[in-house]
Amino acid sequence: MSCARNTRIFDLGASTLRELNSTLQQEGAEGAWEIHNPAGRHSLAVGLTQPVSVTIDGHAGYYAAGMNQRANVVVNGNAGQGVAENMMSGSVHVKGNAGSSAGATAHGGLLVIDGDAGARCGISMKGVDIVVRGSVGHMSAFMAQSGNLVVCGDAGEALGDSLYETNIFVRGAVKSLGADCEEKEMTPEDIQNLTKLLSKGGVIDIKADEFRRYGSARKLYHFRVDNASAY
Amino acid sequence: MTENHHDVTKTFPRYSATFDEFTISQIQRAAATGIYDIRGGGTKRKLPHFDDLLFLGASMSRYPLEGYRERCGTEVVLGTRFAKKPIHLKTPVTIAGMSFGALSAQAKEALGRGASAVGTSTTTGDGGMTPEERGHSSTLVYQYLPSRYGMNPDDLRKADAIEIVVGQGAKPGGGGMLLGQKISARVAKMRDLPEGIDQRSACRHPDWTGPDDLEIKIEEIREITNWEKPIYVKVGASRPYYDISLAVKSGADVVVLDGMQGGTAATQEVFIEHVGLPILAAIRPAVQALQDLGMHRKVQLIVSGGIRTGADVAKALALGADAVAIGTAALIALGDQSPDLAAEYAKLGAKPGTYDDWQDGRDPAGITTQDPELAKRLDPILGGRRIANYLSVMTMEAQTIARACGKSHLHNLEPEDLVALNMEAAAMTQLPLAGTNWYPGKAGF
Repeated sequence: MSCARNTRIFDLGASTLRELNSTLQQEGAEGAWEIHNPAGRHSLAVGLTQPVSVTIDGHAGYYAAGMNQRANVVVNGNAGQGVAENMMSGSVHVKGNAGSSAGATAHGGLLVIDGDAGARCGISMKGVDIVVRGSVGHMSAFMAQSGNLVVCGDAGEALGDSLYETNIFVRGAVKSLGADCEEKEMTPEDIQNLTKLLSKGGVIDIKADEFRRYGSARKLYHFRVDNASAY
Repeated sequence: MTENHHDVTKTFPRYSATFDEFTISQIQRAAATGIYDIRGGGTKRKLPHFDDLLFLGASMSRYPLEGYRERCGTEVVLGTRFAKKPIHLKTPVTIAGMSFGALSAQAKEALGRGASAVGTSTTTGDGGMTPEERGHSSTLVYQYLPSRYGMNPDDLRKADAIEIVVGQGAKPGGGGMLLGQKISARVAKMRDLPEGIDQRSACRHPDWTGPDDLEIKIEEIREITNWEKPIYVKVGASRPYYDISLAVKSGADVVVLDGMQGGTAATQEVFIEHVGLPILAAIRPAVQALQDLGMHRKVQLIVSGGIRTGADVAKALALGADAVAIGTAALIALGDQSPDLAAEYAKLGAKPGTYDDWQDGRDPAGITTQDPELAKRLDPILGGRRIANYLSVMTMEAQTIARACGKSHLHNLEPEDLVALNMEAAAMTQLPLAGTNWYPGKAGF
């Protein structure tokens, strides 16, 4: 692959994961990096705090770009479980498919998945924006607290189970809604927000008014015995 | 036959052992409310415990150390397996994980001050790390929990050790619970939740399942923290042999084993009283697992759940633990259950020693509350002093016993120093029944 000038190359065929991460985590790492021969290695480009641009040229294993702060990470392939887990800021872009728990507990930043995401996409998310071009698996946005999950394809079973204040937008079919998740009205403000999210996710061929919005019915916010069957 | 049958002597009114007064009140409460009982604290039932063990002490066949003169070491190093910066503590008595949210900021600060004064560690809880807590704790263990409330890589790097919480003794298999009364604006912001709603933390981690995943998760955390910090794995006591084995397999530096006497901020009474093992029953299989893997003393073992005195500390260490953790006992040292609060407890339907409504945030001692007026009652400096006093007493008590057994360090205490007072304790610990060289399961009496 061709590299822009000033792009530094890190070859995991020749160096260790520890060397890779400590290099990228160091102050002074700012700039563009390409990781060659990732070979599905776990914990690639984790704990970054500098505004670096990292392209993982191939498939990544578990927790790629985990706990990201400020960095922009691209996976030129598929990513395993927990990609961008607990991201605070910055962005992570998976060009292929993502495994389960993509964007789990992430507090901020932007996660874009061009393909499909597995089960529990956006589980317990706390403020991140997630845009999935394909579909998401079951229990996505489980106990999701805040932020936005945008799904251009379909959603699996029990979407948004035990949801708090995350907004979920789905364009395709939802197999079933989880406990306390309900369809909400799409207001002009929602359309505006979703249009921005789609644009941030690089989705330019799909319009916001093709989506439905889901959110918390807020019936489980206080335990009431009359709602016990919903738990 | 007497003429007047009213003169026949009657038996006394008799309560049922099965339907005792408390059981009757439980049924009446359930029928009236239609919801299970939620409370704080740990199990209140009588269980086999450290009280069922005795030390033998030295005499003709063993040589004691002089009580006040000869050195008896108490220091402990935790996290020597993989971490570049293991934890060095002056006493093996540590403070268990308790959240800001469950406890007031003042209570967390007091725990930090007290622990730091005697050179031991304190631990965060569900809900993240507060600056007060970090500032007042010389050694702070950061809990990494299923909810990940307030989980922040900056705080992760600020911690001295990281404790991955799989479960806790009061509720193995259960998640956290913090009722709306305690979700103040600050607690809500830290947890990214709407203010005032009931908050139920997850019981499973969101991005790993099972020991193979956990091994990768631990590697990720080490990569993020430069392989410096010891990684603890905490489990509630349920299947300790297998759970400890799997924690070691996953790469833990330290394993934390919490018995069912361990407290909680709020959980169903039925869960607290009916799930899990007492710590006495859990230590031997945990130590056995470490020994079978050749990892005893290499992966350190911290035990908790009902540790109250230096005798409990000494017994836990003699059974093979490297350190202990206290939670409920630390709250009592801070002022929980104080007789001075009898009148206020009475207003809440409790008495000193019985108060367990930690879930509802009206704690008159100002400890398990987020009410600013109540929380102000606890002076963090005085509270810290009380914690330091209590930790010092426990350490000195444990030393007293160790010297009497002829040990120059608490870690030299061994099972051979102990006997069991009854069959249950003998069977659970495989210590000989007092006066014999036999325990249940061993051939010959």
